[in-house]
Amino acid sequence: MTKNKAKVGVYICHCGSNIAGVVDVKDVAAYAQGLPSVAAVKDYVYMCSDPGQNIIKEDIKHLGLNRVVVACCSPSLHELTFRRACQEAGLNPYLFQQANIREQCSWVTEDAALATVKAKALVSGAVSRVVHQEPLEKREVEINPNTLVIGGGIAGIQAALEIADGGYKVYLVEKTPSVGGHMAQLDKTFPTLDCSSCILTPKMTQAGSHPNIELMVYSEVEEISGYVGNFKVKVRKKAKYVDEEKCTGCGICQTKCPIRVDSEFDAGIGKRKAIYTPFAQAVPNVPVIVAEECTYFIKGKCRACEKFCEPGAIDFEQKDEIVEIDVGAIIASTGYGVFDPTPMAHYGYGRLDNVITSLEFERLVSSAGPTGGKIQLKDGSTPTSIAIAHCIGSRDEKYHEYCSRVCCMYALKYSHLIKEKTEADVYQMYIDMRCFGKGYEEFYKRLSEEGVKFIRGKVGEVTDRAISDEEKGKLIVLAEDSLLGNVMRVPVDMVILCVALEPQADAENTARKLGISRSADGFYLERHPKLDPVATTTDGVFVAGCCQGPKDIPDTVAQASAAAARALAMISKGKVEVEAATAHIDEERCSGCRICNDLCPFSSITFDEEKKVSRVNDALCKGCGVCVAACPSGIISGRHFTAEQIIAEIEGVLA
Amino acid sequence: MTTETVTPSQEVAEILLQQGGEMLRECYQCGTCTAICPWNQVTTFTIRKLIHKAQMGLVDFEDQEIWRCVGCRLCVDRCPRGVDVPKVIRAIRRVVMDVGAGVVPHALRIADKNLAGVGNPLGEPREKRNDWAKSLDVKTFTKDTEFLYFACCYQCYDSRCRAISRAAVNILKKAKVDFGILGAEQVCCGESLRKAGHESLYQSLARTNIEVFQQAGVKKILVTSPHCLHTFRDEYGEFGGNFEVIHTAQYISTLIEEGRIKPTKRLGKRVTYHDSCCLGRYAGMYDEPRQILQSIPGLELVEMRNTCQYALCCGGCAGRLWQETLKGERFAETRIEQALEIGASVLAVYCPYCMVNFEDSLLSSGKSESLRIADITELVEEAISA
Repeated sequence: MTKNKAKVGVYICHCGSNIAGVVDVKDVAAYAQGLPSVAAVKDYVYMCSDPGQNIIKEDIKHLGLNRVVVACCSPSLHELTFRRACQEAGLNPYLFQQANIREQCSWVTEDAALATVKAKALVSGAVSRVVHQEPLEKREVEINPNTLVIGGGIAGIQAALEIADGGYKVYLVEKTPSVGGHMAQLDKTFPTLDCSSCILTPKMTQAGSHPNIELMVYSEVEEISGYVGNFKVKVRKKAKYVDEEKCTGCGICQTKCPIRVDSEFDAGIGKRKAIYTPFAQAVPNVPVIVAEECTYFIKGKCRACEKFCEPGAIDFEQKDEIVEIDVGAIIASTGYGVFDPTPMAHYGYGRLDNVITSLEFERLVSSAGPTGGKIQLKDGSTPTSIAIAHCIGSRDEKYHEYCSRVCCMYALKYSHLIKEKTEADVYQMYIDMRCFGKGYEEFYKRLSEEGVKFIRGKVGEVTDRAISDEEKGKLIVLAEDSLLGNVMRVPVDMVILCVALEPQADAENTARKLGISRSADGFYLERHPKLDPVATTTDGVFVAGCCQGPKDIPDTVAQASAAAARALAMISKGKVEVEAATAHIDEERCSGCRICNDLCPFSSITFDEEKKVSRVNDALCKGCGVCVAACPSGIISGRHFTAEQIIAEIEGVLA
Repeated sequence: MTTETVTPSQEVAEILLQQGGEMLRECYQCGTCTAICPWNQVTTFTIRKLIHKAQMGLVDFEDQEIWRCVGCRLCVDRCPRGVDVPKVIRAIRRVVMDVGAGVVPHALRIADKNLAGVGNPLGEPREKRNDWAKSLDVKTFTKDTEFLYFACCYQCYDSRCRAISRAAVNILKKAKVDFGILGAEQVCCGESLRKAGHESLYQSLARTNIEVFQQAGVKKILVTSPHCLHTFRDEYGEFGGNFEVIHTAQYISTLIEEGRIKPTKRLGKRVTYHDSCCLGRYAGMYDEPRQILQSIPGLELVEMRNTCQYALCCGGCAGRLWQETLKGERFAETRIEQALEIGASVLAVYCPYCMVNFEDSLLSSGKSESLRIADITELVEEAISA
């Protein structure tokens, strides 16, 4: 097909009033009529609708169109839709071009005249380009049916179990010594108040013993290469210094170890040993030795754990191990971190005893926690009044602008637990009560009935400076009760700061390994906030749970199941279509300099030692264009992005 | 009793937005500002409610409450939505001062009249602006001079504050700094007037000064008031006045560091330092004043509660200096108590407004025997005069 015979159909979408409300679509259509090679021009209210697509299909069949341009929204939204429409009418989908006159035009200005001028330019560019486009064939590659799940909290466990139950192999990688994540740290769960461990432990055990799940705890993903269907992953299994095969999980080593350090699992309010399992129901029930803390590793003597270990499971000679695994899909369920309120000095965290974070309270109130579930102050006494301060580090542009979504509800849960275990008065200082989930508003009502006092206002300050006898020895919480219009001074014994959920400290690093993006708040970015909430911009990589944004357990589990379903769909199809717009090296003219070899982020370029030329592996190439730009001889071309096509588009825009 | 029914006024809300109150839209009424506003330690001032009234266009412009905010910015630092509360208040006040609604408090009207008439809030004659420098042999600024030294109106006319400008001159001369002063054509920097809401008069004062400075060929300005610092440095740019403005806190600490002046005379006193809002929360200068004090031999520096970014305002910002604050409601009284609480015998300040307020409250509280109020400039002058 030569460009002389090109017959281009141009379709202008109104997108309701999204485009037509600003851009004069009729004027753009009239303009397109006059462009070279244009054989048909139509405008329609919703080109992406069935009738809209039918207009294109009919024109291809009846007018003999061999190129199609649709001026509408972003290609990331509907390129696939229109390519499919072209294909169904017998036209190669790569002979379609989309001009974005919504995101790049009508949505970014209120100036109708200028928007119309720009829309015309974009249409002209697309028409000029499409004439030079060539038919390409999509290729399919086999999918490796194994899946990698990163992060063994409730999201990772759920996703792994779904896939494993579906009959496929899962590698579940967890960086701490046990699966369970934050959910294992929680006492009760809102709004039903089921015991968190009671509902989580069976799932942990299942994940630990499932024949299709290979559990890799105390392990971290080091490197990921490859592409959808065929990822290669390097996992570092950190040395536990304990032989998993021999260890019976009796726990004597932990009793005998002389070193006590703050327990991460107990959020710092409890202690653990240098050899430890994070909690009693850990899966697997195998302890690890932290070399940096262990007396033997530091001073060369002790070995108390070894002396008492009957099966002889202690192995000080163990080394980190790098394991390579091949998977077709990856689910990131790496969870969240909690906000450290120390920088908000006016709340006194770290300075005033008995100002604690919500996670610390979870461990305090947990029957498996350091106090056996007794709510007590630093001096061991029982509080007679407790204030719960909402939105600490959340909904605050200096820290995290977003709402952490779970605090209102767990704050209510705390009120109930406090009322259940003590006689204490409970005050909640809130900005807005957000009780949106199933059964949540009912829970709010129930807690109101239990006599919790709600003060509508954010806590401004926590101080220990008493101004009356009543305040002596107390923490005084200052907040405006904005419903009364009075500043409240509330003397309490304990203040719980409902701290924000935030991205894991290493989220940036993990995102880089996964090749996925993060949103402005630092959480992983889903492909579409509404219609594709578990996929990412990298094919074959899915997200689940709080690594994508704060969410409660029901939402986390739902998202994890959805991510598993997406992975299973891919696996059961067995094949995946890969990009046809790949790079092409003109081997005749390749000088063999190899600059492109190392630059390729997908390791898709190899060097032919015999012919001394570089060669692209089409199955691996993602068409990113790095090599095209880098080739000093200019002999690598990107299919569908040839120099000719790009120049034609520029000329069209400027015409 | 029936509940008063009100209807939001979009028209008034719009006017407030036009007067620079855009940020009031951001407020989500959490009340953090009210909870920590220092006024609520001495009386009732529901700043959150005032902002909500502004959002609804329901501000009562005759209510004297709109003049209460001192613009200390304590709430701004903690506001989760980052609302610049003093700017919102300024917008409300502009509607009174510039647009003509409501009632201007009597004392403020007098200061305002003085500024319009003679270019200083005290109503002193223009030609006496440089009387403070008599007998000091200070040269007049010419285009070859490095620094213009600009003394605040209070440091020109107020008998107590004149000591600060005189001390500054003596220090600069001792350090052999090339500086000069300009004459009676200068006017008040206008900083407080702007916060009090009289934008048009502020702009005319600013333009006058900018023209005077530019005609004289001024590039660098030394000031001894953090209020002049704030408006010269951060606000005059809007009207084409771009100068390098340095507060003596910065400059003197450099002079000491470089050994150009040497504080050698002992001051065997327990001294505490009061961060002024304009030097602290506005300019972020917390370390320099303390470094200077610590360079004075024998001086023991002690901190009051609420220091640095948490410091309590003296009560004199944003036009409050010109207005009467009831005894018992004065922040300066609280601050003096705080200083005495920790056994300080000198309360050091670095701002003429703080000086005026503290001296006044010290006198009225009858504690002049136990505490001395001193500007750091004065303490440095004493320490180098050995």
